[in-house]
Amino acid sequence: MKLIVAIIQPDKLEEVKEELYKEEVNLITVSEVLGHGRQKGVTEIYRGAKETGNLLRKMRLEIAVNENFVEPTIKAIVKGAKTGEIGDGKIFILDLPECIRIRTGERGGVAIG
Amino acid sequence: MVNTGDTAWVLISSALVLLMTPGLAFFYGGMVRKKNVLSVLMQCFIIMCVLSIQWVLFGYSLSFAPAKGFWGGFKWFGLNGVGLEPYADYAGTIPHQAFMIFQAMFAIITPALIIGAFAERMKFSAFLLFTLLWATFVYDPLCHWVWGIGGFLKNLGALDFAGGTVVHINAGIAALVTTLILGKRVNLDKNVPTPHNMPFVVLGTGLLWFGWFGFNAGSALAANGLAVNAFVVTNTSAAAAGLAWALIEWWRNGKPTIFGVCSGAVAGLVAITPAAGFVSVIPAIIIGLLVSVFSFIAVAVIKPKLGYDDSLDAFGVHCIGGIWGALATGLFASKAVNPSGADGLFFGNPKQLLIQLIAVLVTLAYTLVVTSIIYKLVNLFIGVRVSEKEEFMGLDLTQHHERAYTVLE
Repeated sequence: MKLIVAIIQPDKLEEVKEELYKEEVNLITVSEVLGHGRQKGVTEIYRGAKETGNLLRKMRLEIAVNENFVEPTIKAIVKGAKTGEIGDGKIFILDLPECIRIRTGERGGVAIG
Repeated sequence: MVNTGDTAWVLISSALVLLMTPGLAFFYGGMVRKKNVLSVLMQCFIIMCVLSIQWVLFGYSLSFAPAKGFWGGFKWFGLNGVGLEPYADYAGTIPHQAFMIFQAMFAIITPALIIGAFAERMKFSAFLLFTLLWATFVYDPLCHWVWGIGGFLKNLGALDFAGGTVVHINAGIAALVTTLILGKRVNLDKNVPTPHNMPFVVLGTGLLWFGWFGFNAGSALAANGLAVNAFVVTNTSAAAAGLAWALIEWWRNGKPTIFGVCSGAVAGLVAITPAAGFVSVIPAIIIGLLVSVFSFIAVAVIKPKLGYDDSLDAFGVHCIGGIWGALATGLFASKAVNPSGADGLFFGNPKQLLIQLIAVLVTLAYTLVVTSIIYKLVNLFIGVRVSEKEEFMGLDLTQHHERAYTVLE
């Protein structure tokens, strides 16, 4: 089992979700985060004082999947989120040792569903 | 002779109307996405600055200096000749500058209404230039025709107590033109924009309703019975319209929403604006109830069907509401309320309705044409729309290098 964490542009969320649904990946957690990549964000000016290296709004997706869904999920996220511009985001694959469905107590691959 | 009561009331009304612009700023600000809220506030506040100065330099002169023809000319440039004694043709009991500053607040809020149409995608520099040109070449002439000495719509007998044509239809149709020229926001169907801060919308509505008493009742230019009439019908129309919109939503969508009540109340205030000094309280209820029906249809049925992106419903509420209000004035006006007005259709004078219709059509036609020209010119020289990338990132960061809310300290 793997936990896929993706950081994407906020405006791409709907497209990514659609692509995931097409791949039959129906479980997702979304949170709003701040972050930046190598370009170090956008300058802000507050009462004349410049602040650089500022954090931009991003969306963070967390999707737990069984092994056979890893590649389709990656494919879907890339398809939905890619623009070719700087700021498209990243996908991290984490090992997921255990998963439990709270309602039934099921564990493992079944719980991911 | 300067009357202290009248002067006090007009000064307070001027302050009330000014407060409507920050009120509008929050009304609109709450409706846009988080990343664009400062841009809306900024647009409103910068208008307060720029048009306050434009008005005293030449805007007042162009609008109100007595003259037949296109506009008032520059004889009152820099308020030359506009002193502290009353100018009887406009208001016989208050200092001329009191009348001037009261009108200034109208000139300020009218272009601010258009913000609702181009929110979230207009370049700040283009917006600034557009607003200045629009105020000078659309608002000032129209103001002159309807309210200025020598204005041809005034001479025709058109009744517009506080700005149904000059403010609401004017800004409303400019809004429609704007949305058509500017185009839709990017990715609208994928990313349905929802109001990011509904409490701001409510706050804004409260300030608008409060300030509108200055807008309408202040237009009596005196602390008298007519002002009281305007005050009463203003509140009544807002209340009827707010309630009506809630009921329509309840019936049509299953639940009434605060957004609906606020939209309705504003629509009610818009509609009563031209009528406030001419109609009595029962017509005010009718005007309020019906404006919500018409605006609701415009916003919830016609807009989705035709697909134009009037982001914050400036056209659906202000133009439609204003047209209904102006025509309703032709229906319900009564000399019993205001002897220096006229009777409307329901009081035996169908001609007034025709005059109102002419005023509405002239406003629509003129504003539509000149607003389009101004846009084309501004677009030609500096481009009106932000790039797609800037639109994604939000106007606050890209146009102003500012962020409204800290997420992480």
